[in-house]
Amino acid sequence: MNFTMSTPRLEVSGIRKQFPGVLALDGVSLQVAAGEVLAVVGENGAGKSTLMKIIAGLYPPDQGTIRLDGQPVHFASPADAMAAGISLIHQELNLAENLSVQDNLFLGRELTWGGRLRLLQTSAMHERGAALLQQVGLPADRLGQRVEYLSPGEKQLVEIARALSLQTRVLIMDEPTSSLTHKETERLYEVIRSLKQAGVSVLYISHRLAEVQRCADRVAVLRDGRNAGELRGADIQHDQMVRLMVGRDLKQYYPRQHRRAPSGPVVLRLDHFRYHGGPDHAVSLEVRAGEVLGMAGLVGAGRTELAEAVFGIRPWRSGQVWLNGQPLRIRHPRDAIAAGMALIPEDRRHHGLVLEAAVGFNLSLPNLDRLSGLLGIRRRQERRWQQEWIERLRIRTPSADQCTALLSGGNQQKIVYGKWLARQPRLLILDEPTRGVDVGAKAEIYALMDELAGQGVAIWMISSDMEELLGMSDRIVVMHEGRVAGELLRDQLSEEAVMQLATGGMAASAHSLPRDAAAPANASGAPASS
Amino acid sequence: MTRVLGVLGLLIALYAALILSNPSAGKADNLIDVANIQGRYGLITIGAALVIIVGGIDLSIGSVVGCAAVLFGVLMEGGIPPVGAVLLTLLFGLFVGLANGLLITQLKLQPFLVTLCGMFIYRGVARLLGGTVSRTRALEEHPEFADALRQVRYVLVGKDATGELIFPAQFLLLLLAALVIGYILHRTAYGRYWYAIGYNDQAARYAGIAVDRYRIVVYVLCSFLAALAGVLLLLDMPSVQSDSGGLGLELYAILGAVLGGCSLRGGEGTAVGMVLGAMVLPVLENLVSFRGLKSDVIPAVIGLTLLLGTMLDEWIRRRSHPRP
Repeated sequence: MNFTMSTPRLEVSGIRKQFPGVLALDGVSLQVAAGEVLAVVGENGAGKSTLMKIIAGLYPPDQGTIRLDGQPVHFASPADAMAAGISLIHQELNLAENLSVQDNLFLGRELTWGGRLRLLQTSAMHERGAALLQQVGLPADRLGQRVEYLSPGEKQLVEIARALSLQTRVLIMDEPTSSLTHKETERLYEVIRSLKQAGVSVLYISHRLAEVQRCADRVAVLRDGRNAGELRGADIQHDQMVRLMVGRDLKQYYPRQHRRAPSGPVVLRLDHFRYHGGPDHAVSLEVRAGEVLGMAGLVGAGRTELAEAVFGIRPWRSGQVWLNGQPLRIRHPRDAIAAGMALIPEDRRHHGLVLEAAVGFNLSLPNLDRLSGLLGIRRRQERRWQQEWIERLRIRTPSADQCTALLSGGNQQKIVYGKWLARQPRLLILDEPTRGVDVGAKAEIYALMDELAGQGVAIWMISSDMEELLGMSDRIVVMHEGRVAGELLRDQLSEEAVMQLATGGMAASAHSLPRDAAAPANASGAPASS
Repeated sequence: MTRVLGVLGLLIALYAALILSNPSAGKADNLIDVANIQGRYGLITIGAALVIIVGGIDLSIGSVVGCAAVLFGVLMEGGIPPVGAVLLTLLFGLFVGLANGLLITQLKLQPFLVTLCGMFIYRGVARLLGGTVSRTRALEEHPEFADALRQVRYVLVGKDATGELIFPAQFLLLLLAALVIGYILHRTAYGRYWYAIGYNDQAARYAGIAVDRYRIVVYVLCSFLAALAGVLLLLDMPSVQSDSGGLGLELYAILGAVLGGCSLRGGEGTAVGMVLGAMVLPVLENLVSFRGLKSDVIPAVIGLTLLLGTMLDEWIRRRSHPRP
């Protein structure tokens, strides 16, 4: 397809955005033509989401201009951007779960009659709603359903339908497929194709490079808040994108110094483990001392749920769990902690931290038993101890009394590490260990993981970040729809092999491999990707 | 500390207005009288505040106060010696709190609903137990209790045989309770857990805290303190009626807690704040009566003053804690 770039639909140039402690964007420029799909790729923290939020009016840029059809625009709010025809579909969908699909489609823009009485025109909305759903390939009977009962893919399509009802000319999608099944992803592509034909410009943010390769006309790569390069047409190749995204030696970024073959004693063993509310498949797996076991899988594969169940947050159903050779029965996280486990949860804001409380409060919370004497908390010792951990993990905070919510994501995540590492766990379960963390803090967290593995801690790392999985894991277990789809040893690790298993395919060599047969002796420190 | 500045200012203003309103209002006798009532309010305010800190609410406090007072009287009329009757009544409080806590944590019912139902149930139980209870009637039936009852009354409310207030025992009880609760709240791990649960019970659970157990303990404490206030009510007053004893006190307690710096969203509040918050209302009532206002205007004056107080408090909070 040929796009005349004379007056692009959307043109942003020289965008700069500073957050406390982080320069998120440092002079980024992009152009999109009408009917073009521009993929924006980059590592976590490269500034993709921030840039999209600026375009959609959620943040004002510190510097730089945004032009729509050649005209400079300034958005004070998302409503401004929407009125101008720019819609952003967030990674975490923004639907009112308790309302019906139809209510959501027209939320804030209900069709009404009777002037100020604002009486709802139910049948008119039903008609228009059905037409909108048809455009995204959803049946009209979904209109009356409460959004909470829809699958993640259907929710995504509802969001797109809502954007369409706004006469959207630029549609921004932030990781649209992260929670979609394969089939739903295919349907999304079809919708994108029809949007293209209707002349809508699409900004598509994704980590999944294979998808980008399939659906993008052009790819803009961001790195550390800057333009790192652009690819178009036949140049859109996986390796090319990775090279531009990473722009540095992967080995250095993922500092596994203490990498070893999975040969230490087994710390955690799940034997046909099942939990209530979980899949019927039983899960068996082992994590050994000193290894980083990566756990891959698409969102919805049941990885987080499995880890939460083992940690005692979900009730157990059947099977046996062994920790250091001892059979274990865990009814509450308390039991898991007493047995020497720690879980760094995926949802830092809700599960990992008490955001409203001080940094020190959070650090102390699971350690108060050790900081208390007969007369309660030994406050002097507690303060010294808090200061020690703040320094050891290089948590950037003015003091231990600072409100946690005011810290950057990376520093918040370091607090979560601090509160658990202080307990010297033998098994550390990491669920998305670097989600929402800036590049600098990320490297520090990786170094920390490596150090812990070197000390013999068993690390079970759940991650959706492919580079992280390939760079940090000694072994990868791939989950698909609640069961273990396969296991990949060190020399079998590749993005393709992981994706094959994660999407329900079979990796011929991996699945049937006897566990200890091919354990490579501390092979090469180099990651297998790229 | 800034959290209690607002209520401290309000309290000072009210005391100043009281002392200036009438020469006899500032006399020690009157102030001790007020302190005595403040003590009783304070006990239930502490209970309500703890429940609010863990992110809950207890609307049954007033009914439990009334029910406990009636139960206390009925037990004595039935021949249970005063000390035994006090202990049994407190036991009743523990039972009520346990019921509330179990319903809320185990059946996952909403605290508002559970305790709203409790408000009706315990008021109903009080009415079933009897219409009016009084110490004199208990003594008519069991004159042998006279000595014991006089001693209990002296120790708990500070009144001698003639009914004269010797010392504000209820206020001392409040200070004792505040000291103990304050120590737990600010100096032990349990207090930290309460705050963590109130702020974010999910994070607390992920940190290995037995969230349900700590919640139950707080509801038990709250109802226990309400039952204690019921005992004090009957010891202080000549008689208590089952349909009006303690009526509406849960709202006074919640107001006191909020004035004292508790956030209804949970996770915030200090022991000092609770005591100061509880002291406001009795002073205000006393002031209204000394100004010679008709009793009809009391509710309106109370409402307006408290509204003013919360506004002042919010203003101070915003100035001292700028949030992004």
